[in-house]
Amino acid sequence: MTTPTTAPVPASGGPAGAPAAGDGPAAPADRLSPRTAITYAVLTALALVLFALNAPDGSSRFRLSGGNDAVQLPELPLPGAAFGWLVVLVCLGVTLWVERERRAGRRAGVWAPAVFAAAWLAGFLVWVVAGQTISLVGLLAGGLVLSVPIVLGALGGVVSERAGVVNIAIEGQLLAGAFGAAVVASATGSAYAGLVAAPLAGAAVGLLLALFAIRYVVNQIIVGVVLNVLVIGLTNYLFTTLLSGNPSLNSPPGLLPVAVPLLSDIPLLGPVLFNQSIIVYITYALVAVVHVALFRTRWGLRVRAVGEHPKAADTVGIDVNRTRFINVVLSGALAGLGGAMLTLGVGLAFGEEMSAGKGYIALAAMIFGRYTPIGALVAALLFGVATNLQDILASIATPVPSQFLLMAPYLATVFAVAGLVGRVRAPAADGEPYVKQ
Amino acid sequence: MSTPTPGPQVPPGGSPGAPGSSGAPAPSSTTSPDAPGRAAAWLSDARQSTWLVLVLAVLSAFVLGGLLIAVTDQATRDASGYFFARPQDALSAGWTAATDAYGAMLRGAVFDPQARSTTAAFRPITETLVVASPLIAAGLAVALAFRAGLFNIGAQGQLIVGAMLAGLVGFRLDLPLVVHLPLAVLAGVVGGALWGGIVGLLRARTGAHEVIVTIMLNYVAVYLLAYALTTPGFQREGSSNPISPPVADSAAFPLLLGPSFRLHLGFLLVLVAAALVWWLLERSTVGFSWRAVGANPAAARTAGMSVSWAFVGVMLASGALAGLAGAVQLLGTERSLSGGIAGQIGFDAITVALLGRSKPLGVVLAGLLFGALRAGGVLMQASTSTPIDIVLVVQSVIVLLIAAPPLVRTVFRLQPRRRAAATTTRSAAA
Repeated sequence: MTTPTTAPVPASGGPAGAPAAGDGPAAPADRLSPRTAITYAVLTALALVLFALNAPDGSSRFRLSGGNDAVQLPELPLPGAAFGWLVVLVCLGVTLWVERERRAGRRAGVWAPAVFAAAWLAGFLVWVVAGQTISLVGLLAGGLVLSVPIVLGALGGVVSERAGVVNIAIEGQLLAGAFGAAVVASATGSAYAGLVAAPLAGAAVGLLLALFAIRYVVNQIIVGVVLNVLVIGLTNYLFTTLLSGNPSLNSPPGLLPVAVPLLSDIPLLGPVLFNQSIIVYITYALVAVVHVALFRTRWGLRVRAVGEHPKAADTVGIDVNRTRFINVVLSGALAGLGGAMLTLGVGLAFGEEMSAGKGYIALAAMIFGRYTPIGALVAALLFGVATNLQDILASIATPVPSQFLLMAPYLATVFAVAGLVGRVRAPAADGEPYVKQ
Repeated sequence: MSTPTPGPQVPPGGSPGAPGSSGAPAPSSTTSPDAPGRAAAWLSDARQSTWLVLVLAVLSAFVLGGLLIAVTDQATRDASGYFFARPQDALSAGWTAATDAYGAMLRGAVFDPQARSTTAAFRPITETLVVASPLIAAGLAVALAFRAGLFNIGAQGQLIVGAMLAGLVGFRLDLPLVVHLPLAVLAGVVGGALWGGIVGLLRARTGAHEVIVTIMLNYVAVYLLAYALTTPGFQREGSSNPISPPVADSAAFPLLLGPSFRLHLGFLLVLVAAALVWWLLERSTVGFSWRAVGANPAAARTAGMSVSWAFVGVMLASGALAGLAGAVQLLGTERSLSGGIAGQIGFDAITVALLGRSKPLGVVLAGLLFGALRAGGVLMQASTSTPIDIVLVVQSVIVLLIAAPPLVRTVFRLQPRRRAAATTTRSAAA
């Protein structure tokens, strides 16, 4: 997964939360690429045409609280045309600022893409709702539920790729986790047993990946792709032979939402963030733990060293392949836990190929989030909300065909890896096997 | 494409039996601009696996699959309730389940002596060829990219876009057969080439890794097709289902063996494509430079070849082959475009290319084997209780095993043949 870098730069340290500013390829500061500014300008023009000139009549209305919430907020009406023009103005301002900074040989701060993206997405939401009413709480809470498997899959990807092993098998690990969780929870009657089984199942797939990619030095991408096929084949096969004729093995008890006292009473954010299944709370904790561990601990420094410059890491006494082995298995466990959300977290039985490409979206979220846990979290939330928005919009008439909303995360990732929205730099030794000379 | 004056480092790779002449392991872990070398290094590893390893890998995969069939069989599970009292019951039930399943698969893939008529008895082998046709074409697409050091995981998307364009010509135009069929096939090839070309162009211009881009474009193609099938241009008139009208008879591949068999001209076309790919890779100047880029991009660049243009050219050609697979599948087998037109073909193509060691003849043989598994799997699923998904398991185990020759050698206690293989084992053990 190596984008052409001129030299193995040390790990891009620091918790870069939101996607950082449009830094061009490793070019000297006085020759910054105009690509980012051009992308902003194109998006601003698009905003002008769609959100302002083709604004819906009347106001799009957003419900800010559900029926049972402690604090009831009034509906928020946003007038289509006026809001569209406001968005265009904000976007234009950011674009001009970024261009000015570029001419002066500086890079705009992290806030520039954050403000731009927030304004653009708000404008898009008002435009796409087209003068009707949707529940913002429902949109965000549902989006969070959909994004948890993506978050955990992407987190697994970060753990593995930071150590220099490409994990294409996230899809298979999610699926194995969903399967393991459903079967074990059904057999034991305990959802918590399923919650333990899911990471174990994912870790088993991770173990296979580590075995073939590290022990037998098979190309990591090939092993990943083939493992996905293997897990799909195995789970489909076992589903048909064992589960479908035997419902007692596939009716897992769900992990229903638990409201956190006090926190869940916060208007708007409370019901979205703190009235969820326990897996969601575990996810919050894991993102924070992995982020701190990766960027603030000795372990994290070693992992990143192994992923950036294994030879140097080896020279100072770090066991490169052992580190990688552990990280790949850990990565599988994280993604496997994400699989539990697909079955236990929403109280569904296991279904054939129920991960439905979420593992590949997780891969996209990891890249979009620049190989950082928090970045991956933000990207995964964005992708989850986009998917949920498509579900919600299916019931009301909107100007965008649903297929294009579903396509958006994938297209965004293509743009991201092509450097149209800032360059993404993979760990320097990502995908390179390490063979001791 | 400049004249390929081979520098001393450029290996003459490709001659069978002299695989590792480059001897180049993966580029040292610090360099990254020449990442494609990795794929080539892997290929040279894979070629080290001898025919013996290959056969053992295939056999082991079938044995593992058989075990899976045996232990999940209902009769076996009933009998294993008293396994320690009468183990032979469980064992014989398992043996019966596995042999029944594989027997049905063989009947469904080659020749069915239990069929009612002679025609029906011979139909399985033609079905194998029908299923194998798009698999071979798509497998060639993946193999061609492999040889140039690129991972084309996107055959699926290229196939879908190819089928879309082929279908558009096939069911929207009204032309005589001699013009219509070639035009429809050409449209499919162009569609696939465009979708693949995007990847090559992004790789060459921005360095975007082709694995990520192809995976993402697969999904974009899936949703593009889903959208297209709701538009008047593609959707069948008077239907609310996402399915296109059937292609005109003048755009469909003629049947080779009469109306009782589905085997169509597309199969021969795919064989011609395989021959063309062989010529392109082994005999042409362009193919030489592509292989050189795949084997060692730095050396190829030094020798005056344009690595960027090689990426674009390879992905165009690879996409074109995947587009051909889409055209063959649509114009020959399916006749109507629907959301499931591509099935698993684009992903199976990766395993076909790997099993075929990225050589045209190997791809044809591997495509026939996996086509037989698929075609046989249908009868197996219908006549025994074994679901067709076992094919996926067998297929992926085969590829995992041939990708790791040291594992097979360890299991069967074979002596490592070459120094390189020994190095791999040693370093892995270290």
